[in-house]
Amino acid sequence: MANSQRYHREIGHRYRLEAQKFDSGYVTLARRYIDPTTGSKNYEDIRLSGEGTILSFTIIYIPAEAYSLEAPYPIAIIETDEGARLTVQVIDCDFKDVKIGARVKLVFRKIREEGHSGILNYGYKAILI
Amino acid sequence: MIGIVGWGSYVPAYRIKISTIAEQWGDDSAAIERGLLLREKTVPGVDEDTITIAVEAAKNALKRAQIDPKKIGALYIGSESHPYAVKPSGTLVIEAIGMGHDVHVADFEFACKAGAEAMFVSYSHVKSGNMEYSIGIGADTSQGAPGDALEYSASAGGSAFIFGKENVKAEVIGTHSYTSDTPDFWRREYMHYPRHGGRFTGEPAYFRHVLAAARALLEKSNHKPEDFAHAVFHMPNGKFPLKAGKILGFTDEQMKQGWVVNKMGNTYSGSSPTGLAAVLDVLKPGEKTFMVSFGSGAGSDSFIFQATDAITEAQGKAPKIHDMLDGKKIYLSYGQYAAYRKKIRYNDIV
Amino acid sequence: MRDVAIIGIGMTKFGELWDQSIRDMFAEAGLKAIENAGIDKLDSMYVGAMSSGLYTEQEHIASVMADYIGQRGIPSARVESACASGSIAVRSAYMEVASGMGDIVLAGGVEKMWDADDGSMVLATAADQEFEAYVGVTFPGLYAMMATAYMDKYGLTREELAQVPIKNHRHGANNPKAQYPFEISLDTVLNASRVADPLRLMDCSPITDGAAAVILCPLERAHEFTDKPIKIRGLGAATGPIALHDHSDLTKIDAVKLAADRAYKMAGVTPDDIDFAEVHDCFSIAEVITAEELGFFGRGKAGKAIAEGQATYGGKIVINPSGGLKSKGHPVGATGVAQIIEAVEQLRGEAGKRQVENAKIGLTQNMGGSGGSSVVHILEAI
Repeated sequence: MANSQRYHREIGHRYRLEAQKFDSGYVTLARRYIDPTTGSKNYEDIRLSGEGTILSFTIIYIPAEAYSLEAPYPIAIIETDEGARLTVQVIDCDFKDVKIGARVKLVFRKIREEGHSGILNYGYKAILI
Repeated sequence: MIGIVGWGSYVPAYRIKISTIAEQWGDDSAAIERGLLLREKTVPGVDEDTITIAVEAAKNALKRAQIDPKKIGALYIGSESHPYAVKPSGTLVIEAIGMGHDVHVADFEFACKAGAEAMFVSYSHVKSGNMEYSIGIGADTSQGAPGDALEYSASAGGSAFIFGKENVKAEVIGTHSYTSDTPDFWRREYMHYPRHGGRFTGEPAYFRHVLAAARALLEKSNHKPEDFAHAVFHMPNGKFPLKAGKILGFTDEQMKQGWVVNKMGNTYSGSSPTGLAAVLDVLKPGEKTFMVSFGSGAGSDSFIFQATDAITEAQGKAPKIHDMLDGKKIYLSYGQYAAYRKKIRYNDIV
Repeated sequence: MRDVAIIGIGMTKFGELWDQSIRDMFAEAGLKAIENAGIDKLDSMYVGAMSSGLYTEQEHIASVMADYIGQRGIPSARVESACASGSIAVRSAYMEVASGMGDIVLAGGVEKMWDADDGSMVLATAADQEFEAYVGVTFPGLYAMMATAYMDKYGLTREELAQVPIKNHRHGANNPKAQYPFEISLDTVLNASRVADPLRLMDCSPITDGAAAVILCPLERAHEFTDKPIKIRGLGAATGPIALHDHSDLTKIDAVKLAADRAYKMAGVTPDDIDFAEVHDCFSIAEVITAEELGFFGRGKAGKAIAEGQATYGGKIVINPSGGLKSKGHPVGATGVAQIIEAVEQLRGEAGKRQVENAKIGLTQNMGGSGGSSVVHILEAI
């Protein structure tokens, strides 16, 4: 249920992979005020390249309703080359190729629709490279 | 010098074979393949649409242009399948490619030539000195009604062209547009699929406008077919563009590189633009190419481009369209295709 | 700070309770606990529920429930920490009694999950909405990724993992309050319908309605109400990152270890002193990982140890004598309280066929989301 208000705030990280790199080296896609491990408030704005490696994955057979047309689909936790961690759907692939250690690239895709008449939500998904 | 500074395309990984569709409806597959000169077409994934295709194509164009996206002053995107009936597709694309907010955006619509229009307007902005750079995109995920002839060809894909005056890879030598009110193919509001006038879509529609725009440009720019290394005509099926080219005096050899339809299908607003992209992928410095779009309703825009020395280096900077078409392919059954394209009526939730 | 004891317990059956609303269930549990304690007036109460709003469109249940158990006028608060809401309610009540602010305090939990249509969407609110739920991962999907990582790192097999729900169903078959009080076979577990690879239906705790409540009072007054007061000897709570991808290690749940260390320290006991434990087996792999975080088995060893019978009667420790979340059911907000109730029954010697012999010290571990929060209680028979 991502209405217009909640959706438009997330455009920077969803469309352009805008992230933060704190002085400890901690990189986060989710916008934060404080480095959760060091307490530092010093960071620079960066953009992720979109390439990374799969740390773990699953194949979702029973999705939430908004994603029912896509099931079954793989979901993976990846670590980008910059060190950011994210959760993504892996698409346009053979399930057997989705493995720990596989390399992926993030692409711009439609994530869901708010029903028949609500707004369309876009964001990042991963393809195997 | 004004022209294309960067170009890029995108097609989805999914395909369906003409024979799969023919089997579904009990049509003679061999006859269809021969008659339309089509083999397979692209299908958008469940999570793909005109906007996502446009974003990928635009990113590829930026890779070839090698410019800061914030320098692009306008973005125009033409499609017959904009995801929203009211709310622009272009606004998502500018955010996704990082053009900033001080830009002009408009969505275009003119059946299959909406992409070529976006290109023409972008070119005009740069020519008039309005802007340093402008991007024109043609992308579509159009549908044909189940069991209708259009179902064999309607496919998904798109191409983007950044126009500018610095580091031009393909100069615009001339353009011409020809338009009339000809109701050969249309879709009324709230209807899911388009309708068309059968054979009326041929002579009085496609051929009249394509040939008129082509002849007018050849004449006013003082060119003959032999002057061109390549020629691209809008591809509603495999046969029409080859026939139009032949009438004008172009050879099959000239049309071959841009003739992407038999493995891509008709990507509507992406059709002639993607044919052009295929040509730019191989065009040599100094060579010229001819391009004519067609949009039902009806109209055609013709262009002449000439490659500069800068084109060769740019070609390898992003995926080439023929490589994408021959590369990763995931074939679908008719059932999967119908589900992806929402030809099946779902319950309220979906 | 005073010592605190539990003097009363009450709960509904757990299951698909179509005829009971969220108020009906809480009233049943609350009134049973009040009667079990032999009191008539409460000083205060806490209600744990993950999402009464999304499940039943009723918020402000602090007020509703105080009224419905006949305690209109007393202070009441709803507390929430996803699936750890129940134990957070107990912790809140503990602090009120320990501080001397109140003497007789009720801690209850309730969830009316079957009133929702898109329950999966509600459960996903326990995960990171913008970075996990948004991309299409489901709650089982998160634990499935932990399972994939754990099985890859430690070589745990699918058959070994299946022993967790098999054991818990064997325990739960002796629990009259359980949602599924029957045993299940290996075949059933391995061939159950797929949910999120490698987890199948039998690896996942069910959707359950239910309510549970306990009454706390200062230990020094407990004898006024019962011969068998149960002391809360240790208590620890902790938070972790909301998103699984922010965990330092996908095979670990740091919040559980943090909460456990705090509880062990306060109680002055070690894992070897624990006779039985009610742990948060929302998914089979959760029991494996939490057993390691609680110190019952070494890193990477819990899966095989459980499969070999070390977590059942006759083994090193009895884990989930109640049947756990899998067999007993998991009405989200009520679970933490129900775990405490099982511990109390064990320590009172009233656990019937589930009785752990010579149960003196028990532990309960409750957890929210994929480890975003965890609460551990250590209880002792006085």
